[in-house]
Amino acid sequence: MTLDNAVALAPAERATQLIGGDLTEKSLRLHLEGLPGVDAVGLEARAADLGTRSIKTTSKARALDTIIGLIDLTTLEGADTPGKVQSLAAKAMIPDPSDLSTPRVAAVCVYGDMVPCAVEALGSAGGEAGIHVAAVATAFPSGRASLPVKIADTRDAVLAGADEIDMVIDRGAFLSGRYGLVFDQIVAVKEACRREDGSYAHLKVILETGELTTYDNVRRASWLAILAGGDFIKTSTGKVAPAATLPVTLLMLQVVNDWHRLTGEKIGVKPAGGIRTSKDAIKYLVTVAETVGEEWLQPHLFRFGASSLLNDVLLQRQKLTTGHYSGPDYVTVD
Amino acid sequence: MSRIAVAKTYKLYIGGKFPRSESGRVYEVSTAKGAFLANAAKASRKDARDAVVAARAAVSGWSGASGYNRGQVLYRIAELLEGRRAQFVQEISQGEGVSSAVAERQVDAAIDVWVWYAGWADKYVQVAGNGNPVSGPYFNISTPEPTGVVAIIAPQESSLLGLVSVVAPALVSGNTVVVVASEAAPLSAISLAEVLATSDVPGGVVNVLTGSAAEIAPWLASHADVNAIDLAGAGDLAGDATWVDLQIAAAETLKRVLPPEVGVPAPSVERVTFFTETKTVWHTKGLL
Amino acid sequence: MTDISTRFLDYAPAPESTSILHLRDSYGLFINGEFTSGHGETFQTISPATEKKIADIASADAQDVDAAVAAARRAYERTWSKLSGADRGKYLFRIARLVQERARELAVAESLDNGKPIKETRDVDIPLVAAWFFYYAGWADKLDYAGLGPNPASLGVAAQVIPWNFPLLMLAWKIAPALAAGNTVVIKPAETTPLTALLFAEILQQADLPAGVVNIITGAGDTGALLVNHPDVNKVAFTGSTAVGRAIARSTAGSGKKLTLELGGKAANIVFDDAPIDQAIEGIVNGIFFNQGHVCCAGSRLLVQENVHDEVVDRLKQRLTTLRLGDPLDKNTDIGAINSREQLDRIRELSNVGDEEGATRWTAPCEIPAKGFWFAPTIFTGVSTSHRIAREEVFGPVLSVLTFRTPVEAIAKANNTPYGLSAGIWSSNGSRVLAVADKLRAGVVWANTFNQFDPSSPFGGYKESGYGREGGRHGLAAYLESAGWGSQTTIAKGATA
Repeated sequence: MTLDNAVALAPAERATQLIGGDLTEKSLRLHLEGLPGVDAVGLEARAADLGTRSIKTTSKARALDTIIGLIDLTTLEGADTPGKVQSLAAKAMIPDPSDLSTPRVAAVCVYGDMVPCAVEALGSAGGEAGIHVAAVATAFPSGRASLPVKIADTRDAVLAGADEIDMVIDRGAFLSGRYGLVFDQIVAVKEACRREDGSYAHLKVILETGELTTYDNVRRASWLAILAGGDFIKTSTGKVAPAATLPVTLLMLQVVNDWHRLTGEKIGVKPAGGIRTSKDAIKYLVTVAETVGEEWLQPHLFRFGASSLLNDVLLQRQKLTTGHYSGPDYVTVD
Repeated sequence: MSRIAVAKTYKLYIGGKFPRSESGRVYEVSTAKGAFLANAAKASRKDARDAVVAARAAVSGWSGASGYNRGQVLYRIAELLEGRRAQFVQEISQGEGVSSAVAERQVDAAIDVWVWYAGWADKYVQVAGNGNPVSGPYFNISTPEPTGVVAIIAPQESSLLGLVSVVAPALVSGNTVVVVASEAAPLSAISLAEVLATSDVPGGVVNVLTGSAAEIAPWLASHADVNAIDLAGAGDLAGDATWVDLQIAAAETLKRVLPPEVGVPAPSVERVTFFTETKTVWHTKGLL
Repeated sequence: MTDISTRFLDYAPAPESTSILHLRDSYGLFINGEFTSGHGETFQTISPATEKKIADIASADAQDVDAAVAAARRAYERTWSKLSGADRGKYLFRIARLVQERARELAVAESLDNGKPIKETRDVDIPLVAAWFFYYAGWADKLDYAGLGPNPASLGVAAQVIPWNFPLLMLAWKIAPALAAGNTVVIKPAETTPLTALLFAEILQQADLPAGVVNIITGAGDTGALLVNHPDVNKVAFTGSTAVGRAIARSTAGSGKKLTLELGGKAANIVFDDAPIDQAIEGIVNGIFFNQGHVCCAGSRLLVQENVHDEVVDRLKQRLTTLRLGDPLDKNTDIGAINSREQLDRIRELSNVGDEEGATRWTAPCEIPAKGFWFAPTIFTGVSTSHRIAREEVFGPVLSVLTFRTPVEAIAKANNTPYGLSAGIWSSNGSRVLAVADKLRAGVVWANTFNQFDPSSPFGGYKESGYGREGGRHGLAAYLESAGWGSQTTIAKGATA
């Protein structure tokens, strides 16, 4: 250990409680490297097994509505325009004009500069109790910017009315073992989520698991993000392949379960990117329910980051309602 | 006047030592023409029991040695046998009533068989084991391991070659042995024990009992701490007990049983692998 | 449209359709390529989940066993031993394909008759049955490479007796290598699970396998005894209890019949404190609750390093609350029915002994159906090596938890059993894994996994778990006679004149 390792870290509450008051790069590293390993084969086998659950009839109906209510309807394109965001917001509020009993999605997820547009489009349907506006921040998706820029990015979105901030971690720092840097940045971004009234925008910490590569890394990064104060841990930006996978999400849920067993506190999980079908999404619901319990199947504890998923769920939902198969012309394009 | 020879006392070989039978019994060993040769120890069931204890205690050391090491230790036996060639020839020609030439051929063959088996110690695993191409993300390999304690009823004829042909293959993989020598011609077995005792073969790896196979074998066949029994020389036991009774007794603890053979078993790698257990180990292979 | 009152986890029923099954009311014996009525007393096979009758089954008496063995002998001498290996292989390939084609039907029948969950028969049993025939089909014309020297010889008629825990899979384990090696077969499925063997007879007819090459006779233990003791069989292969295996070893002693025995076990599943913990929990669950614990290689003795005992047990209990016990044909069922009332009684009896001996019982919260034979997943903690539940095979969903402090102690406790079939090791330290694997006296060692099976992988026990191997190249040796190794014998030639 070098002396650098003894540099004190930002005194995040969870980390201080778990690791101790003398929170340092060194003590954080010792904690993260002391976590039990992950056997990839066993993890993937378990995920595959959970994927074989057969969700039929009433359970399927329930699952489809649950999925809709957990979706962060997302557009994260360089080509995003106010019109595109308005259209997304409209879809969030009324996913299926042909069936107004369809639940609303949990949130719309946009780039920071689109937050005012999203807030305005949602109008009274938005707000803390309504459909949330989530903003990606901290030099999304790469995270390659200085901390002041990341903080400014975050503050800007929060000020504009974002209910949730989806930040990215510095994967370069993580992979080179500078856990303290990653930790301090999360703590700083969390602080930047603080509003004038003292409340906080919810912080989702994107691990970009496709770049962390190994399951051991995912487990460490999950712990790190939780210790630093993240409300949610999120798999991916959607810009890197592979994005969300069932084994990675299962692993993150296992960490969340461990944290809950240890502290009683509930952390959210958000798989994002690559979940396009109802069938896939139902596997995630099963995985959540059988790993941490179905209490997690609520928007404050579980989200799907997705765009095309919603339409597939709506098609399935129409099939269940009408008894016959539907087609893409019977759901709206975004 | 010719010199008065110094006669040898032939005892048992148990745990690296040469005890008399705990029973105090001996039996007369004579030449084919009936002349007195020696009073060999007549092992009892308690001697057999002690021999099994010694053999069990020696398993972990002998089976834990590398194949290369076992091979060298066994090869050394052949070197020592070669040096004592004359003694064995004399014992065999006297005890079995065969010509010196026949006895020489037997001793030569015994040494060659021993060398042949010694060379297997660091190879039989490759011949008997292999990787298995399972359809899944697993490293999977099957390797033979020694069965444990092997009780052997040595062939009654060709006393040295017969003994070597059953003891050597069992030792190759790391088993330890309790062998009941040819009843009528036990002397070369004890002389072989003397070779073993002065070699690098650890005490207890080979235990030699002399006496009545019909009396001792049932105790070995039923002994719960014996893993396998080679009935090579049990085809024509004296008394009422037959080798089938031994196999039935061995069934109680599911011992591995090699049935009797006519004459001396030919050298064969199957004699090595018969006293092994195939262990298959699976391990996950995960890149992530 | 959503009913909020129920839990999502109360998955709606997802029963596999039984319409794919076309069962007859009664089944005879399959001898010489045809179904014939047996001379013994007909019995019923029932569904252990409902106790309802599935079909009447013929019982083979001595006369029937004679007929079956005679048919096998005729087929051996006139047909099968004269076919080329390539042709034998083609029949086996055909069988493999037919099993795949009728996989769903076989899976449903197996779940119905055995009580095991459809997800297991569908995803494990039946795919492995097909894989076993494929694997050995390819061996039939390559026996020279089996490691037994050139031109190894078939044995003749093989008498095979199989258990009820993996009915069709055990049939495949027995028949595939026997036929590949050139033997003919008389096989007896277990009394409580004859159904898929009889459907398999139909597959043999579809494959146009020559009459008498495989004969399937049903009946109870006495039929099995008649078969293995029949003077005209050359080979006996048995999978089942150690008690019966011992009896067979006795009764075949001196007969010259080649014998392989796949018997009981009391496997240690060793969890070190550096184990990948979540996977270890899954491995423990899979180890003992797969197939209701009706598995000879089940990880029934959990050996946990003492410093992680509480952690492991807590996690295990949490995990077990998600197991779903019930209708074997429901695709979401994890724990099916116990195969028979007799077996249920045995599990209950040994569990009660566990209570009496002072171990602490914990039972997963499962609703037990009113009809049928059921036993909820159960863990005993505070078990010591002297307890009967730590020594005797329960053959049910009952786990005994013991602790150890050091690797040496773990190995000593793991090996402290007359059995030696399988073992598990959980550790992230590869060096320790391999060292422990080396020292375990068990025929199959699973490291960071458990209950994996593959036709290419030899399976079988040390000590009282039996002898011989099934699977892989090694599995062929049970059905072949080495023709000798030629030059090896020259060393001692002339010395014994």
